[in-house]
Amino acid sequence: MGYTLGEKILLAHTDKKSIRPGEFIEARLDLCLGNDITAPMAIEEFKKAGFTKVFDRNKVVLVPDHFTPAKDQRSANQAKVLANFASEQKLKNYFEIGCMGIEHALLPEKGLVYPGMLVIGADSHTCTYGALGCYSTGVGSTDLARAYVDGKCWFKVPENIKFIYKGKLNKWVSGKDLVLFTIGQIGVDGALYCAMEFTGPVIKKLDMDSRFAMSNMAIEAGARAGLIEPDRITLDYVKITNKKIWGAKHKAWIKLKSDPDANYAKVYEWDVTKLEPQVACPHLPSNVKPASALSDVKLDQVVIGSCTNGRISDLRVAAKILKGKKVKPGLRLIIIPATQKIYMEAIKEGLVEIFVKAGGVVSTPTCGPCLGGHCGILTDGESCLATTNRNFIGRMGSPKSFVYLSSPAVAATSAITGHITSP
Amino acid sequence: MIIKGKAHKLGSDINTDDIISAKYLVSTDPKELGSHCMEAIKPDFVKSIQPGDIIVAGKNFGCGSSREHAPLAIKGCGIAAVIAPSFAAIFYRNAINIGLPFLELKDADKIDDGDEIEIDLSVGVIKNITKDQIYKTQAFPEFLQELVSKGGLMNYIKESHK
Repeated sequence: MGYTLGEKILLAHTDKKSIRPGEFIEARLDLCLGNDITAPMAIEEFKKAGFTKVFDRNKVVLVPDHFTPAKDQRSANQAKVLANFASEQKLKNYFEIGCMGIEHALLPEKGLVYPGMLVIGADSHTCTYGALGCYSTGVGSTDLARAYVDGKCWFKVPENIKFIYKGKLNKWVSGKDLVLFTIGQIGVDGALYCAMEFTGPVIKKLDMDSRFAMSNMAIEAGARAGLIEPDRITLDYVKITNKKIWGAKHKAWIKLKSDPDANYAKVYEWDVTKLEPQVACPHLPSNVKPASALSDVKLDQVVIGSCTNGRISDLRVAAKILKGKKVKPGLRLIIIPATQKIYMEAIKEGLVEIFVKAGGVVSTPTCGPCLGGHCGILTDGESCLATTNRNFIGRMGSPKSFVYLSSPAVAATSAITGHITSP
Repeated sequence: MIIKGKAHKLGSDINTDDIISAKYLVSTDPKELGSHCMEAIKPDFVKSIQPGDIIVAGKNFGCGSSREHAPLAIKGCGIAAVIAPSFAAIFYRNAINIGLPFLELKDADKIDDGDEIEIDLSVGVIKNITKDQIYKTQAFPEFLQELVSKGGLMNYIKESHK
């Protein structure tokens, strides 16, 4: 019996000869990530247990992105814990305001993640790097504290589910629509404790930003990972982000694929030719309907950003739709480029001007409103359409507010009309 | 270890934002986190808890974010254990790592709000005193039992690095 891509990566990071789903393993990590919410607790645990030095200063990444620029004094305290630890441990990869970005957009962009790696992050959306053929998964602060000690983590080897997408995507249908559709089909625990593998002719043609959006939301189906086999598109991406590693490894990466006789607990196959832009309605990412069926939903706010959809191609799509148009009076449009680099690109390409002229506001990179942190909190009775990843009760502020999830194309179109609108 | 308390029923897919809203993630203190547990979905939840009480929920408990503040908030408000048919993966590992007892019980819906429950963790048996019923759950896999018996992940690591 062969192995899936996920199993191959896990096995390669152990001393074992073989692994099987359900088995508990201890594996060596290539990278471990923490942010201003989860890392302070990890650092506290690490120190409390009497440890003083991290296992490898090159493999510990800290990104203060959730409540930064600090929304209040207590958030400032937490960010300070990261800054101090980074300085004391001489961490190579600490990203202060000014060179930071939303972690899951930043790490791929900086070339810190690439095919074949095993990565943990104390953030559930760490599964984003699966788009690069990297086994990356979200863990808790204590797991991160342990990783600081010896660079290892325990895993239960997951079962695998294969998702095959066939057909041809409609003009405004993106990776976000594919993943929302998928979660709508299988439910928020449809891949509980499994590794999802996205494949098929539609995925082969999908650009990296759309792939990141898909892998990012694997967790919303309960999955440990959302993997895509490395191909030419992956390699072209890494060639730009980390030329050195690309040079050394790209020949091996192209062979990094699931075996033909690998075992899958389930296989789903869909023809997505007729798929319309999708929207997840309150209060679960699985409550998915076509955008065209939701035109009676009036909006108070639209947010375009996050680790799911704050990348340059997301902003380009939004700008294409918003160019020369005005945001519906009374509606707040908040656009958040995910990293400093994306922000700069958006300025150079004239996207920021389009957004501001349309009546939108453009924020510095932050997770901000996605998790109800700051920069766009909702009050009672308000509705927001966001390109983010979760729409739980109270996720963006008031427990009496409503969050809908969509692609940037649907979000931008709806910002103009004031109600949910398919482009 | 025996846990005895009243059941507090919650629905399916209780997520980490339900358990502890992100606005409170500026603290790592279990007591402070605990004072806001389930606030958005059940404002009176914390007030109704007696130390030792038990959450009995539907499937996929703890889905959503990786915040370890979630199991800490549950512990911090006095809850001694969580029973549900299934748990989200990150919540599962966080609960083990910080030592919050939880049991996977397919028939969790047989327990009603307010039932007196007694759990024998060592054998994974749940007794419903109110209904005079007994439910058997699956024992933890060996690896996890070892983690729990050492008092959580960091203690386990400390010992192995001596």
